[in-house]
Amino acid sequence: MSIGLSPLELEALGLSLKVSFWAVLVSLPFGIAVAWLLARRDFPGKLLLDGLVHLPLVVPPVVVGYLLLVTLGRRGPVGAWLHDSFDITLIFTWRGAAVAAAVMAFPLMVRAIRLGIEAVDRRLETAARTLGAGRSRVFVTVTLPLALPGILSGIVLAFARCLGEFGATITFVSNIPGETRTLPVAIYSVLQAPGGEAAAARLTVISVVLALVALAVSELLSRRVRRRLGA
Amino acid sequence: MLDVSLTRSLPGFDLNVVFTAPPGITALFGRSGAGKTTVIDMIAGLARPDAGRVSLNGDVLYGDGVDLPPERRGLGYVFQEDRLFPHMSVAGNLRYGMKRGASGVGFDDVVQLLDIGALLDRRPHRLSGGEKQRVAIGRALLASPKLILMDEPLANLDAARKAEILPFIERLRDELGLSVVYVSHAMEEIVRLADSVVLMEAGQSVAHGAVEDVMSRLDLRPLTGRAEAGSVLPATVAGHDDTYRLTRLTVPGGDLTVAQLDLAAGAELRVRVRARDVSISLSEPTDISVLNRYRGTVREIASDGGPQADILLDIGCPLWARVTRRSVDELGLAPGMQVFALVKAVAIDRHSVGERGRLPRNP
Repeated sequence: MSIGLSPLELEALGLSLKVSFWAVLVSLPFGIAVAWLLARRDFPGKLLLDGLVHLPLVVPPVVVGYLLLVTLGRRGPVGAWLHDSFDITLIFTWRGAAVAAAVMAFPLMVRAIRLGIEAVDRRLETAARTLGAGRSRVFVTVTLPLALPGILSGIVLAFARCLGEFGATITFVSNIPGETRTLPVAIYSVLQAPGGEAAAARLTVISVVLALVALAVSELLSRRVRRRLGA
Repeated sequence: MLDVSLTRSLPGFDLNVVFTAPPGITALFGRSGAGKTTVIDMIAGLARPDAGRVSLNGDVLYGDGVDLPPERRGLGYVFQEDRLFPHMSVAGNLRYGMKRGASGVGFDDVVQLLDIGALLDRRPHRLSGGEKQRVAIGRALLASPKLILMDEPLANLDAARKAEILPFIERLRDELGLSVVYVSHAMEEIVRLADSVVLMEAGQSVAHGAVEDVMSRLDLRPLTGRAEAGSVLPATVAGHDDTYRLTRLTVPGGDLTVAQLDLAAGAELRVRVRARDVSISLSEPTDISVLNRYRGTVREIASDGGPQADILLDIGCPLWARVTRRSVDELGLAPGMQVFALVKAVAIDRHSVGERGRLPRNP
């Protein structure tokens, strides 16, 4: 087993990072918004929203993939509109893989950020209001910075979940080398062929190392944040 | 001038307060659970009344179809806990509410007034309790409020820290001309700070007026506190006796000599004389160490059958004395009798004395 990575391995690794990065980046604003709604607001349909957000956590990933296929496929209502209006195709593309990963990781992201926001002392938000800050300024200057530990852990959890996403991805965007064959899909593929165990082992090591690096980075970041908050 | 008239149903009791806070420091006084904090939360817009009206210098903050959000009421709020932002330095906290181009007090003035210049770069978690509360006061000040609400800002501090903060609160009134509504259940803070007082009981505002008047009223005595019973007298510093380190005050009944106070002659004061520090004699005593002796008349004798009785004397102003019921009987005290009231000079110290506001006061 050589140390250098084969072009195919590099391709899968790069694709996994790209898909996860964009999945987290694009879903983060929605994740923060939904987490804030669930943590700080009472409204009719709150339970329903909570349930919907958590759905990907409890239904089989294949079901999520199927639902994405039905709605975001070329002939699905949303998919057709995206294609006709913006020339965006999700199915069988890495963008589709990012959408699948984002949906599957969303509950974990929201849960962590919600905990972070709930941990912010509301009395500090009240104090900011009496100092002349409106709701949006209070959110940006008090709530968000103090919820940063929760937001960071939401990002890391979601990123890790995206890296490992398999079921919804393969159902929605299939297994296309260089386009949708992320690390887990690649491991599955090499195992399908006879004698693929060695290649699978190498890909597995890459996955494990990647996960460890992500965890280490998050730990370093959260330590710095905690120091800044004076805890 | 803050005009307040608010009602709200709360679990257990109904809140119903009506009062006017004149310029200066107005204390909202009552036992824990009387609804004091709810009242100032409603004034600040942090709690919603069922009905009523709040106006400041004629501008309606609440009522008549108006309900300004807290950030647009122009009121400062100093909370019981400091509530400093932990992710900002002291300077960041102080600047949080500053408006660009606003007149009001400047940053450097506030830093100097509250003596917090050395703390500016620190994080709140590295401050002592007294320092935190000073920064919290500064932060509220720099938002240029028209009036400051304070909810027992000294409640979480020990006696030394309290003594450290009190002069700064007096400075808000005396040097910046700011009005303050001050929630407290500590009599000595009120005597020290307040110009007028609103007495609250079970959600109702039962009396309001000058501290001396409200605290001397017989019918309010169950609320103004049995354990702390006493009288509040208006006084003026007449002079100092440096040999014996005493200060002579003029009170309505005559002179009152007390342990030396660091105050200039002519300063207008409120002095609290606790009822248990006042003794009664039938004839003018001689050969006695007590320096302060007043001729007066017994007005009322109040007793609940316990070991002690509270006697309201008129010495030119109302003065309460607390003696044993046995002494009442042995001396044959009765309303209308001429007696002498004795007050030990050492019973009165800086904690019993407050400077009266130099602002014009409403009658």
